[in-house]
Parts: sequence; structure tokens; C-alpha cells
Amino acid sequence: MITLEGVTKRYDGQTVVDDVTIGLGGDGVTALIGPNGAGKSTLFGLVGRLLHPDAGRITVDGMDVARTPSNQLATTLAVLRQDNHVAARLTVHDLVEFGRFPHSRGRLTVHDREHVERALSYLDLDPFRSRFLDELSGGQRQRAFIAMVLAQDTKYVLLDEPLNNLDLRHMTEIMRLVRRMADELGKRVVTVLHDVNFAATYADRMVAMRDGRVVADAPARDVMRPEVLEAVYDTAVDVREIDGKPVALYYG
Amino acid sequence: MTALDTASASTPTRERPRRTWVGVLVGVLLVVLAGLSLFVGVSDVSPVAVLTGGPGSDAAFLLGVSRIPRTVAVVLVGASLGIAGLIMQMLVRNKFVEPGTTGVSEFATLGMLVTIVFFPGMAVVGKMGVAAVFGLVGTWVFLQVVKAVPVRQLVLVPLVGIMLGGVVGAVTVFFAYRLDLLQSLGQWSQGSFATVMQGRYEFVWIAGVMVGVAWLAADRFSVIGLGEEFATNLGLDYRRVVAVGMVIIAVITAAVLVTAGLIPFLGLVVPNVVSLVIGDNVRRAIPWVAGLGAVFVLGCDVLARVVRFPYEIPLSVVVGVLGAALFLWLLLRRRSRAH
Repeated sequence: MITLEGVTKRYDGQTVVDDVTIGLGGDGVTALIGPNGAGKSTLFGLVGRLLHPDAGRITVDGMDVARTPSNQLATTLAVLRQDNHVAARLTVHDLVEFGRFPHSRGRLTVHDREHVERALSYLDLDPFRSRFLDELSGGQRQRAFIAMVLAQDTKYVLLDEPLNNLDLRHMTEIMRLVRRMADELGKRVVTVLHDVNFAATYADRMVAMRDGRVVADAPARDVMRPEVLEAVYDTAVDVREIDGKPVALYYG
Repeated sequence: MTALDTASASTPTRERPRRTWVGVLVGVLLVVLAGLSLFVGVSDVSPVAVLTGGPGSDAAFLLGVSRIPRTVAVVLVGASLGIAGLIMQMLVRNKFVEPGTTGVSEFATLGMLVTIVFFPGMAVVGKMGVAAVFGLVGTWVFLQVVKAVPVRQLVLVPLVGIMLGGVVGAVTVFFAYRLDLLQSLGQWSQGSFATVMQGRYEFVWIAGVMVGVAWLAADRFSVIGLGEEFATNLGLDYRRVVAVGMVIIAVITAAVLVTAGLIPFLGLVVPNVVSLVIGDNVRRAIPWVAGLGAVFVLGCDVLARVVRFPYEIPLSVVVGVLGAALFLWLLLRRRSRAH
């Protein structure tokens, strides 16, 4: 489990993550929702040791994030941030190979290569493997990044807004993949999502944040209620049942 | 590298065919130009003269004392400057930086002036050390400035570096002028291999060693090129790798400065050309960048020797003209691709 105990993060006196105590990374997919500025990405940054908390403790399977060697954590936990601008001209294959870095330190073994091949075919990237990242569409590029994270072969996978800038088809494609990764490969996925309907459809558990605090944490169906969503987003949300699934309507 | 080749060989459609013949071309050019560099000069040093004259002849003497050291120095300088540019581009994540566009060269030159003023009798290795320390400070200052400037626009970053270099360069020239050391400083910083001789060029091997270090850490630099977030996720100590990169850049700049002077554009143009052909995977790019860098400087040096034969024009002039043209082409090409 990824355990946060009283974690607080401030920027210039403003508290972005406020005394959060929560366990993440149970079986299946956990969606982290909440309005802009709720502290979701900061929370990911803290768990992914990109930021250091001002107070509190974070552990991953009992390893203290602040003290455990970064390389050791990298074999247990993978974090993919949002809006990845890679300036370097790397091929898809190169990128996925770097996912093996925590295991191989650059010297790939046969075993590492198997992981790379598996990740490439799992994301249907075989036809694009020698394309440069800047020659790919947004959806393909996102898949390449996810393949890298998959090749990293970690128990926990944290995805920060993986649907950013994707069209409808590619959003669905990525969410199906996330689901498959959890069901078939046993990954414990935690993902920040803006679209609550995607969250409700593909996640087992939804965690809602607001003003740096966790305000709801329950199975998806229990979070998908008008009063809960209104409290989270501060806007009127209607929830209807369509084909037995709750769908939030917030368009008008 | 080899593994990637076999992977692509098993599935021929994935191969990028232009790679192989460009590699062969660079290799052939390297050998031909190195040969030319050995045998082009005022004195008649031809393979025939060396062979018929035997080991005691003038030709053999010249070859050993002047031509071989010069050729080795040219190759090492070209290779290492290319690598310094490549590493810097990975650290800054910008294709338009190299020691010459980031103030690092100017800082190293300032270091050189400091040794001329305060320790005039210092051995060359000491001068190089001081220049390297100044270069390191320069790299650090530049990275801090880049961090502080919020706009990460591609062309703005080197502009900031050039301005920084301009300021430091002005300070250097001011003190050199006041202390009547302009000429002495000019002699050091003018890019030329005319003075390279046995016993006077060996420090450039230190730059060669840095190329080896860069090769050993190649994958780390590739990962750093993905950015701090990726690097941290992959369990890499970002700061430590950046520090190693800074040392490589500073030492190469200083070693080249004391042997050949300042050679503009090379660290910028060569990695960019290589990037177009095979991409930025550092492990794969390093032999290409080193090879092409060596070819570029060899070609320019031979040209500098024959343009006004029997006189030599400064190498930095030839490199400057050719490099600037290539740089412009890269700039314009990139802009047309961006739109």
C-alpha cells in the first residue's frame, strides 16, 4: 500500500496539500478526482518523490519515500506526470527501454528485453517502434509513455491526467488499457482524472480532493451522487442512471 | 547499440536505411581527412618521403613532432567539443546550447586571464585546471539563469546564454586591455592548431578521457534529457548526473581552450546534424557525434592550411564561417518544421 500520514505541502505559505492521511493503491483502479488546484498533482508529486512534504510521512509497501534509495522505489512505484514534453528525439523503442533503467542501469539483459517487447506489444506499438516521439499523434505518444511505465514493471502505477489533450476515442482507448493493466497484469493503478464519468466507468474506487483535503473516498458508485459531486466541484451536478451505470450530467 | 541493431535487423521494415551509409561515409571521411592532415603542409612530408627517408629523415621527424600531434589534437578536439555540446543539450533540454552559446567558454577564458595575471609562471595543466573551475562556475551560473527565466522558448535560452557570455567576455577584455594582456589572451583563445607540437598538446587527451566518461554514463544522460520528473521516476539521482555532466563540459572546454583556443559552433552543429539522422539516444549518438566532430574540425583545419598556402589562416575563421552557415540552416529548417 501507498500510505500517507498527515502529509502537508505548502507553497509560499499557501497550503496545497493539507494534512492528508490516506491509503492508496489497493487492488484495481483508483481514480483521484477534484477541481483544479485541489492538490491532486501535488499529491502525486509527493508520492513520486519529486516534491518533499513539509510535514507527514509517505511509505510505499513500508518503505519511507524520503529515506529509501530512489532506485529501489523505482522498481515498486512508477509515476507518469501530465503534459510530458520530451525535447529529445527518441524512438518509441528507446523510450520503452528506458523504462527498464531501474532494473538494468542501462545494461539490458535478455529478461529486460522481454519486458520491453511485452510492453510494446501490449500497447500495440510494434508498428511505431522506430518512430521518433515527435512523429507520433497525441494518443500514440501517450501510449508510448504508458508502455515505458509498464516496462518499468512496478506494482504501483500512478498516472497524472493520462487523458489530457486526447480525443474521445483515444481517451476511451487509454482507460480500457488502464483497466486491462489492473485486471490482467495485476497493476494497482492510481490515476488523476478530470472526467468523473470516465472515473466512474473504469475505476473501482474514487477519491475526491478539495482544497488540499480528501473529502470523499468510497467505491465509485457511492461517490457518484449529486450531493457528493456538488460538494467537491461547487457546481450543480445531476446524476442519472443509464443502463445501470451512474452518469454525471454537468453540462448545463 | 548492438542490441538495437539486431532488433531492427530482425524486422527489416523498421530499419532506417540512411543510417548505415552515413556512418560509413563519416568513417571514410575520418580516415581520408586524417591522412590529408598528416601530409598537407609547408614541408614535404609525403608517405613516400617518410618511407624512403627512413626513421631518421626530416620527414619522419616532422611527422612525429608536428603532424601526428596536430592530427591527434584535431581529432580529439573535434570529438570532445561535439560531446560537450551533446551533453549540454541533454542537461538543458535545448538543442541550441553548447559551451560557446552559454557563457561557459567566456568563463573559462576569464579563468585563463586570471592565471596569466596572478600566476604567470603556472604550468599549462594548472592553467587548464583554473579554466575548468571557471567553466564549471559558468555552467552553474547558466543553469541557474535558465531556471530563473520562466520562458522556455527554444531560441530564447541560447540568447540568454550569449548575453551572459557577452557580459563575462566584456569583463575579460576590459581587464586584459587595462593590464595590456589582450595580445597574450588572444594567442590563447584564437582557435588554431598551428602551435600544436609534441609536448604541447597532450592535455587534449584529458578531453578525450571525458568523452570516455560521457560514453560510460550515456544512458544516464539520455534519461536526464527526458527531464527531472522522468529521471526521478526511473530512480536516477538527477542532481548528481547533472553535476557529472557539468564537469565533463567544463573540463572539455578548458582542455580545448589551452590546446587549440575557442572553436565556435561545433558543439552546436554536430549534435544537431546527428540528431536529425539517428536521434538523441546518447549511447547511440556518442560515436556519431565524436566522429562527425572530428571530421568537421579535420576538414576545417586542412582547409585553413591550404586556402592561403603556404600561410595558415586561423581555424576559428573557417569553422566560424562553415559553422554559422550550418547553424542558420538548422535554425531555418527547424522553424519551417515547427509550423
